Amino acid sequence: MSDNPIRILIAKPGLDGHDRGAKIIARALRDAGMEVIYTGLRQSPMMIVEAAMQEDVNAIGVSILSGAHQVLVTRIINLLNEKGLGHIPLLVGGIIPENDVDELSQLGVAGVFGPGTSTSEIVALVQDVVS
Amino acid sequence: MSLIQQIIGGDRRALAQALTLIENDDHNSQNILANLYRHTGHSHIIGITGIPGVGKSTLINSLAKLMRKRDDTLGLLAIDPSSQFSQGAILGDRIRMRDLLGDKGVFIRSMATRGVLGGLSSTASAAVDILDAAGFDRVIVETVGVGQSEVDIASNAQTSIVVLCPGLGDSIQAAKSGLLEIADIIVINKSDYPKVNLTKSYLHEMIDIGRAAQTRGSETQTTISDTHSVSNGNLDTDNSLWEVPIITTVATTGEGVGDLFEQLLAHYNHIKSTGEMTRRRNRRLRAIFESQLRKQLYTKLSQMLSEDYCLRQLEVIMEGETDPYTAATNCIKHFETNYIGDEE
Ligand code: B12
Ligand SMILES: Nc1nc2c(ncn2[C@@H]2O[C@H](COP(=O)(O)OP(=O)(O)O)[C@@H](O)[C@H]2O)c(=O)[nH]1
Ligand SMILES: [Mg+2]
Repeated sequence: MSDNPIRILIAKPGLDGHDRGAKIIARALRDAGMEVIYTGLRQSPMMIVEAAMQEDVNAIGVSILSGAHQVLVTRIINLLNEKGLGHIPLLVGGIIPENDVDELSQLGVAGVFGPGTSTSEIVALVQDVVS
Repeated sequence: MSLIQQIIGGDRRALAQALTLIENDDHNSQNILANLYRHTGHSHIIGITGIPGVGKSTLINSLAKLMRKRDDTLGLLAIDPSSQFSQGAILGDRIRMRDLLGDKGVFIRSMATRGVLGGLSSTASAAVDILDAAGFDRVIVETVGVGQSEVDIASNAQTSIVVLCPGLGDSIQAAKSGLLEIADIIVINKSDYPKVNLTKSYLHEMIDIGRAAQTRGSETQTTISDTHSVSNGNLDTDNSLWEVPIITTVATTGEGVGDLFEQLLAHYNHIKSTGEMTRRRNRRLRAIFESQLRKQLYTKLSQMLSEDYCLRQLEVIMEGETDPYTAATNCIKHFETNYIGDEE
């Protein structure tokens, strides 16, 4: 049954309108054989968690270039735990200052990716965290 | 509590998990569907079909808002094609359904076509059954109406909406491919674009041609009324024809969507009061039954193909001692005695 495609949610939380990165990631993951549920811009943490539940995804990726990653990621993780979905790996990409990476990891984020990360690296990590 | 009880009790996470099991063709899926079956039959099942980009998801977003105003709960199944190259997919229908996200009365599931052998329509109808059993008042299935299995999905709905848009070309092409025949309601979306009336008259012309072609011996008959609607001959059972309305909409602003909702309700009432409902239900059950038989037989046949007997037949063919036609017939005889004989 392991040959079922990986289902991953890619979302842009908050008011951040930079969606190039998210779109590129969605494309790369699709080209790697994954089913990418792309929800587009301006998603609240609640919307993201609800979508992850309904779509029964194997992983969630959020793209944040607004600087609001601490707040948004904390909320998403809290909501995931509240709904009993804490086991779903959460990946974060975008503009995340070096100093914040540790803190996100401690919150339970499975991986943080900044500008210039190669898509093959991201594909490999997603495959790794869901297996 | 069992998964079945959770689903009918309204547990959305259990619902989501069951949909995954069905989609992955898990060995439990048959069992789940069998147990949920007696809880189905409550939902109004609506198919929305049309080429990519015509505005189906946006239309669903607008339509669903009207349904929610009446407090109808909604289960949406949005089906998009898998990539032919990677078997992956980008499922982006949620982008257009943003007004529905976060609403507890709405459940949206995106599904990729996955290219399983004749399996899409059977997976889709299984998913519809699960959503039905979960208690949604209306279940909407969005499909790009290109392949036969997608036409099958649409024709298995209780109300089938075919969405076109002005500019013709591809859109009308889709209509030619047999989609128009299954429409209970035709929508010309993007009617803020020019040439809406041209599209409408092309549509009439095409339906006219279709009717002329059909009168050569087919039992179905389609007629055009003087208003902007046509009759769907399939509904002729009780001599009470449904006039297939052609509705123009602008999904992005909601213009015309009220009319669409009215027609949707009218159609539902129509089929309930004419016996068409039973006819459609039976047609759907037959399709499910046949596809289950086919699927289970196929599984057994695949097992057989890797058995010694068949492998030996293949060797014999390759050695030139028999031909593939005779060998295949031998294998089927072997199948009949060893499998079908077994279970009697
Ligand atoms: C292009 C751009 C824009 C475009 C965006 C177009 C679009 N539709 O995306 C426009 C001009 C609209 C824009 C506007 C603004 N921008 Co701007 N923009 C940029 C710029 C130059 C490049 C971003 C980009 O597209 N990169 C290319 C993509 C592919 O890279 P990426 O998103 O980083 O993604 C990669 C990784 O981060 C990772 N990744 C990203 N997401 C995800 C998700 C997952 C799950 C994973 C695994 C990986 C991953 O993988 C990708 C591939 O390696 C950056 C500066 C920079 N160099 O990053 C500023 C930048 C992001 N913008 C910035 C700002 C401030 C703004 C504005 C507020 C400016 C203003 N005052 O008006 C507005 C806000 C717009 C809005 N509504 O949010 C700041 C943000 C500062 C901060 N966070 O502290 C930046 C960093 C510039 C700066 N140095 O100040 N911007
Ligand atoms: N101008 C206009 N654009 C529309 C209308 N309906 C949908 N769109 C746009 O058409 C694009 C495709 O819509 P979408 O709902 O995703 O189409 P789908 O692929 O059929 O589901 C989006 O950019 C919509 O905003 C409409 O009535 N008028
Ligand atoms: Mg769509």
